Amino acid sequence: MDQAVQQKPLTFKDYKSDYKPVWCPGCGDYSVLASITKALAELKIKREDCAVISGIGCSSRIPAYTSVYGFHGIHGRALASATGLKVARPDLTVVATGGDGDGFSIGGNHFMHACRRNVDITYVVMDNEVYGMTKGQASPTTAADWEGSKLTPHGTGVSPFNPLSIALSAGASFIARGFAGDPNGTAKLICEAMQHKGFSFVQVLSPCVTFRPEQAEWKKIVRKGDISASANLGEAAAFLATDDGFSTGVLYESQRPVYQPDLKETKSLKEIEASFEL
Amino acid sequence: MTSQTVSIAITGAGGAGVMTAGQMLLDAAAKAGLYGLMTRSSGPQIRGGEAAAFIRLSSEPIDCPDDFFDVLFCFDWMNVDRFAAELPLRPDSVIIGDVDAKNPPDMITNSIARQVMVPLSQTANEVEGGRPNMIGLGILSEIAGVPLEALQNVLERVLKRKGQAALDASIEGVKRGMQVASDLQSEIGIDLHLASQPSEQTRWSLTGNESTGMGALRGGVRFVAAYPITPATEVLEWLAPNLEKVGGTLVQAEDELASINMIVGGSFGGVPSLTATSGPGLALMTEALGLAVSAEIPVVVIDVMRGGPSTGIPTKSEQSDLNIALHGLHGDSPHIVTAPNSISDCLFTTQWTVHLAESLQTAAIVLSDQSLGQSRNIIDRPADLAFVAKRDVAEAGVENYKRYALTDSGISPMAIPGTPGGEYVADGLETAENARPSSQAEDHYAQLDKRQRKLDQFDYGQHWAQIEGEGELAVITFGSVTAPVREAIKRLAAEGQKIKMISMRLLSPALPDKFEEAMKGVSKALVVEQTHSKQFYRYLRSEFDLPKDTNVLAKPGPLPFRPAEIVNKIKELG
Repeated sequence: MDQAVQQKPLTFKDYKSDYKPVWCPGCGDYSVLASITKALAELKIKREDCAVISGIGCSSRIPAYTSVYGFHGIHGRALASATGLKVARPDLTVVATGGDGDGFSIGGNHFMHACRRNVDITYVVMDNEVYGMTKGQASPTTAADWEGSKLTPHGTGVSPFNPLSIALSAGASFIARGFAGDPNGTAKLICEAMQHKGFSFVQVLSPCVTFRPEQAEWKKIVRKGDISASANLGEAAAFLATDDGFSTGVLYESQRPVYQPDLKETKSLKEIEASFEL
Repeated sequence: MTSQTVSIAITGAGGAGVMTAGQMLLDAAAKAGLYGLMTRSSGPQIRGGEAAAFIRLSSEPIDCPDDFFDVLFCFDWMNVDRFAAELPLRPDSVIIGDVDAKNPPDMITNSIARQVMVPLSQTANEVEGGRPNMIGLGILSEIAGVPLEALQNVLERVLKRKGQAALDASIEGVKRGMQVASDLQSEIGIDLHLASQPSEQTRWSLTGNESTGMGALRGGVRFVAAYPITPATEVLEWLAPNLEKVGGTLVQAEDELASINMIVGGSFGGVPSLTATSGPGLALMTEALGLAVSAEIPVVVIDVMRGGPSTGIPTKSEQSDLNIALHGLHGDSPHIVTAPNSISDCLFTTQWTVHLAESLQTAAIVLSDQSLGQSRNIIDRPADLAFVAKRDVAEAGVENYKRYALTDSGISPMAIPGTPGGEYVADGLETAENARPSSQAEDHYAQLDKRQRKLDQFDYGQHWAQIEGEGELAVITFGSVTAPVREAIKRLAAEGQKIKMISMRLLSPALPDKFEEAMKGVSKALVVEQTHSKQFYRYLRSEFDLPKDTNVLAKPGPLPFRPAEIVNKIKELG
């Protein structure tokens, strides 16, 4: 790329690739892709200094649709790979992305430990309460009585996972919820999340038009930006106690030590080898 | 009695100081110009159970246990019978116990070995702050001819921070112990003094797990993700503080799935990355190893093998992860599998493997095992090697960059994040040359060929195997079993029999041409391995042409191979 083009400020379009998404027309994930690229443009992050990391699922295809470095790994492990990348390369901006099945079911353990560890990465989960890529099974965030899947014809009978509560109790230092129907609001949340020092988690309600067509109603139910951010755990927990899942905004933000070892060479290999000498 | 090596077993209850005495004896012997090996054994208790140290000293480099112990030294009789199978004795061996220890177990009273009871606790009580293990250390040093000066040197180093009183008590205890042994010389009836061999070269005292860690650092590894598992934990515990010193870092992961995916992430970022585990952990990691192969991201996994399957025998050695290391990955996944053949070689093989993984942009598994990892060896300082992580990386601003370009070598320059113009997506999906996902047959064929080609065409030099001697009979082995095989061949050579040894360091990819060349003039083979189902033999049969007259000596853990077993097997073959 020549110098002149490089110096021109990039717009959100410059962060998109020319690769056509596999998503269904009307999928919420298009809007989340736009929000992520808007946030990158807003923060003027150089394309080569950013990596989008994902696992498996419809939303996990996002890296290929951006023009930054990407990593489309294996199911459930996006946060592990993102953690390794950021700790080894603290100079990079690292964004992990994925869906509710990838992040909260197969990757649930990594989610809790990423919240605890507080590495400076941003995790955007596109939550549609369904496994779309495998054609419509219940996910951890699916309501217990949803009977739309052949795999659980009588509903799962299992209480849904509450991502924000889990994040809060596991120690996440930035927690927010957005809605795919509000791309600008979501872009703003992702921007704030990326600017936050430490682990930031953004749940984005992202309707699945194919397997959860009833989610088209979300745009009538979701309240835009009605959560007021708190740095108080008790307040945030109290809010979640009566939350119906359709409020959006930053729920919780606090500052605590970021996990980032200092990568400084202080000794030579020869000095280390000396410890073996008798 | 003159002897080229001396084997001593020390046992006692937890807290008796068995391991301390054992390691001091080993280090003092090394100070006095000897070589040695110390392996450990302990009961199932997490802490405080009975323990045993098995030490072999020699005038020459030594790296496997002998057939029998010359001395079994018991501080007490606490559960010593648990170690019975690990303590082969012969009629001229001597069991030394405390005259005040009551009710020796049947394995002692019925032993074919001679028994001498010494005033162990009595003598310790005569020294202020005296401990029986220091009396024992004195007795054993006198028997093995380790001089007081060397012992003092080691005691000063180890006990420096415990204060002068503790040091004085230990030195006095050791002196008294030497006196006890000298007074009872005729009863003990053995003199195992070895000729020391002062060397120009610096000697090291280290375990296989430490040697592996050092190899990783020398190879350029600067990122490690870790999840503890016996017997691999010490690789990680050694690396944690030492990586920090050289500007790297270690993250403790939440599980093995995380540790392997973390290192894939770190290596995607351009930093040579590694993790260490054992069988159950390797099983969890195999999915991500497939990703590393597919996305061509170099990673190294050290597998310190233990008895399996499942939890198996976590504290004992076996080579039974060979199958999963070779064949455990899904899909067609060409990757590297190597095996160090000694504690010293853990350093070489690990360093070399990092070099291979980085050069070939693929996953590599190093098959170490418990007996290498947790044993301590006195060795000559390994030579400096030229293998340092060298990845073929893409330059900035390449027009129309193709991450998975179809090159002749099969190695495609890798863009490291931070490089403008190199932006691509590393993917577990099959891709076209430009890294875009593809399910087209032509792309799949081309990429499969490319990933195989880069491994097949690489020049592995002479390091693929350790080949020693010539003969019509070849003993083929790998890993920790190499040491007893080598010693068996040496003994038979002394009887005039010529035998070739082929110890394979590179197990995958298989190199049939090199193997064929190594087998020139060989008409008979013996395969020796520590598995139950003859995994190594089956692997050899599937990859190479073996002589019609090929025999197998396969024995699972937990007991180590002793050279005599291999000598007997070879004699049986005629």
